[in-house]
Amino acid sequence: MGSSSMPPPDPPRPYTLVAELSYRCPLHCPYCSNPVAIRGERWRDELETEHWTRVFREARALGVLQLALTGGEPMVRRDLDELVAAGRDAGLYSTLVTAGTLLTPARAARLKEAGLDHVQVSIQSPDPEENDLIAGVRSFEKKLAAARTARELGFPLTINCVLHRRNLDRIEDLLRLAEELDAQRLELANTQYYGWAALNQQALLPTRAQLERGEEAVRRFRERVGPRITVLWVLPDYFEDLPKPCVGGWGRTTILIAPNGEALPCHAASTIPGLEFPDVREHSLDWIWHEADAFRRFRGTDWMQEPCRSCPLGRQEEDFGGCRCQALRLTGDAAATDPVCRFSPHHDRVVAAREPERNGEFVYRTTRPARRAASSTSIRTP
Amino acid sequence: MNRPRLADGARLQYDDVREEHLLLVPEGAVRLNETAAHVLELCDGRRSLEEIAAALSERYQGADVTDDVRELLGGMRDHGLVVDAAA
Repeated sequence: MGSSSMPPPDPPRPYTLVAELSYRCPLHCPYCSNPVAIRGERWRDELETEHWTRVFREARALGVLQLALTGGEPMVRRDLDELVAAGRDAGLYSTLVTAGTLLTPARAARLKEAGLDHVQVSIQSPDPEENDLIAGVRSFEKKLAAARTARELGFPLTINCVLHRRNLDRIEDLLRLAEELDAQRLELANTQYYGWAALNQQALLPTRAQLERGEEAVRRFRERVGPRITVLWVLPDYFEDLPKPCVGGWGRTTILIAPNGEALPCHAASTIPGLEFPDVREHSLDWIWHEADAFRRFRGTDWMQEPCRSCPLGRQEEDFGGCRCQALRLTGDAAATDPVCRFSPHHDRVVAAREPERNGEFVYRTTRPARRAASSTSIRTP
Repeated sequence: MNRPRLADGARLQYDDVREEHLLLVPEGAVRLNETAAHVLELCDGRRSLEEIAAALSERYQGADVTDDVRELLGGMRDHGLVVDAAA
């Protein structure tokens, strides 16, 4: 890494721009993928409309096709209609990733008019009370209303539910609910343990038996429903023994822009010490993708250590060494092989993590500074 | 498949960066050859499959392309990309 005098080969063209418009959110889900540090000042200074508009144009010129408008809750942005229109003008296919609580019929109609392509609504559980408990706020009925509004306007609808020990046994109800809401896609994302989810690992980590039952329910549903509803089922890394190509490989498919303009290769990259994230106010996306150290650091395979370097399965270009943030969290070295891999000398740490001491206490996500929120962020759950 | 149309939210686009026809769908893109792109442009939920084949046939010097169009659209339907507006 960095020792070669040859210029790096052209990286592949990115497909996806993840635009985190704001970290503000009415929900408090304990597995939020936003950094735990959203409580700090660093992300308060949100990009202006014209910054995003330029970023969308530059993203398309780089090859990006998919635009995820997310957060936090993207609907807290008052300029969301303008941002949607800017994405459409740029030629991007846009998805609104929302908790749904602010998606009234009037706002949804304006977003349709502005050219929004697709709506993704999160549901925390198919059980109303459990949904509200996990979200930390009453929201279930509003979510269903938002999903119905989206379908009435002809949006394709994705229902997203993050799965964990508390809600996994309700997966059949969830599949039924997605069908009743006429969703085209159901994203069943088992919690991955970064960000807030890492704080809540003891309360969230499922058992292997739960995962097996869930997988079986998904299989039966797919068989019955066919292509009408696409179900995505992603196993948590902790229960695998070969890693996934995190975000399709570092700096290969995805650019994430945080609310304050920092460009990152993935959701959790800000946890990696020594990486500096370029600000889109100061750099073009083209420069960021091709030149910025944060995007080049773990791109390709040259940076790899053993056992990746001589991978017995030849998977270097398949999983790209797995997840850098997970390597950091479990081994202390972001350039190590993802310990999910059975060839990692640290794989025993993943195996041990599968059977943690379990308790039911949630640390709820919040953007409030720690001082004021300390007494209200942890409540005992039944 | 009587009167095919694109599934809700599927959008045809020419990608001038990669120089290829695409069908953009939620969180994905399907690469299309030129013929497939022409067929999908004609899938407006009003034209019948036969009318689409006839229109395409004109572009290909009158060759009968009905079976090819049926096969293409059948495959697209099986992937949830095309639906029957008459259903």
